Amino acid sequence: MASYSTNEFKSGLKIMLDGDPYSIVENEFVKPGKGQAFNRVRVRNLKTGKVIDRTFKSGDSVEAADVMDTDLQYLYSDGEFFHFMDPQSFEQVAASQAAVGDGAKWLKEQDVCTVTLWNGAPLSVAPPNFVELKVAETDPGLRGDTSSGGNKPATLETGAVVRVPLFIETGEVLRIDTRTGEYVSRVKES
Amino acid sequence: MDMLRRRSTLLRQVRDFFERRGLLEVETPVLSAAGVTDPNLESLATRYTGPGAPASGTLYLHTSPEFPMKRLLAAGSGPIWQICRVFRGGERGRRHNPEFTMLEWYRPGWDHHRLMNEVAELISAVVGARPSRTRTYRELFIPLGMDPHTVDVQQCRAVADTHGLAAPEDLGRDGLLDFLFSHLLSPELGRGCIDFVHAFPASQAALARLEQGQPPTAARFECFLDGMEIANGFHELCDAEEQRTRFEADLAFRGQQGLTTPPMDERLLHALAAGLPDCAGVALGLDRLFMVALGAGHIDEVLAFPLERA
Repeated sequence: MASYSTNEFKSGLKIMLDGDPYSIVENEFVKPGKGQAFNRVRVRNLKTGKVIDRTFKSGDSVEAADVMDTDLQYLYSDGEFFHFMDPQSFEQVAASQAAVGDGAKWLKEQDVCTVTLWNGAPLSVAPPNFVELKVAETDPGLRGDTSSGGNKPATLETGAVVRVPLFIETGEVLRIDTRTGEYVSRVKES
Repeated sequence: MDMLRRRSTLLRQVRDFFERRGLLEVETPVLSAAGVTDPNLESLATRYTGPGAPASGTLYLHTSPEFPMKRLLAAGSGPIWQICRVFRGGERGRRHNPEFTMLEWYRPGWDHHRLMNEVAELISAVVGARPSRTRTYRELFIPLGMDPHTVDVQQCRAVADTHGLAAPEDLGRDGLLDFLFSHLLSPELGRGCIDFVHAFPASQAALARLEQGQPPTAARFECFLDGMEIANGFHELCDAEEQRTRFEADLAFRGQQGLTTPPMDERLLHALAAGLPDCAGVALGLDRLFMVALGAGHIDEVLAFPLERA
């Protein structure tokens, strides 16, 4: 089984702890001049997102986690699983709702997402940073109405609700930053 | 470049300090056929094949200039000091570079308490005046509700647990004390002051003499600034037999742990047997002192080129 020595520790390295896959966030080498050396690391649980601190004796080895980030195309959801496909190999994987999480509301068929695989199974899904989605429904905006701060809610084709400027109309395509959930711009239909 | 200019100014201040006090500046070999036996230090090694080569062909790079400086003291040098590059395997991080600058000096006729005062004077001369505090190793552990001289392994682990820390498996008593010290105590030391810690457990004596007491402690001190260990000093062990016993114990331990076992320094042992004057000595990490003086958070900021760019 593959393992890493503490000498190889750096942020982003994926290791196994207590049966769960973790990603190293921070690694600090601590050594008294005349004493035992340690690696103090901050790690993020890739299943739960929880961040914890751990200390290893320098020189010890830790099992490597078979975790890989892959770019996969979103195909469809069957209500229970979200199905993705590798555009090169056409291989398909199914991600649970837990793995997709809040990102589900940004998923549009054919968009390429970063799917993190652990032992070949999806662990988490990151939607593209920017998505282009059509407005399914929004109230007609009244020009000059500033009581709502100059924006209004719009429901997009995927069901996500974002705040948009008053001039946006139903049927327009919008560019959205999925990391903040904010409207970026209108997209001109070609 | 600006950092290097400031570093150069600081180096000059350090040199002036020793110049004014009349110590003799010395230079000793970086390479030696003998290495250090300390289980927590790893000597780097190189090969030499010309005339005068040792039978093994292996020369060890010094981890500190301590052994040859003690030989000079035994030869009657009087007070001596040195600034040199030293080398330690496996040490790299925010406060570590495997090659770094050591300031080391020795005071015949002094004990470690008197030397601590001089360390504080040097630090104040370089980083600006700071008050200093001196506490024993035992006093430092009082807030953790434990006596480091009497605790056992289970109690150490229990203290770690109550502070939400999981100590690595497979640590002995001293390893666990190091764990508690480096995780819970040292980060708070030297904040706005100079913190000295002395009277270490006899099991962590290194090259210090032991002082009688209940229990006996090591006449060793460490100095902390801004949560960083800056210096380590001893009231030096002068007893050749005791020194040989410690070297042998170190080497036996290294063997058990599967570590390299470099030959012990017989020339140092001869010098001790011939008579090392009663003296105190200290080794101070200059790069770290300069980090404090220049407000650097990473050792790389005060080096021309760290390991990865050397």
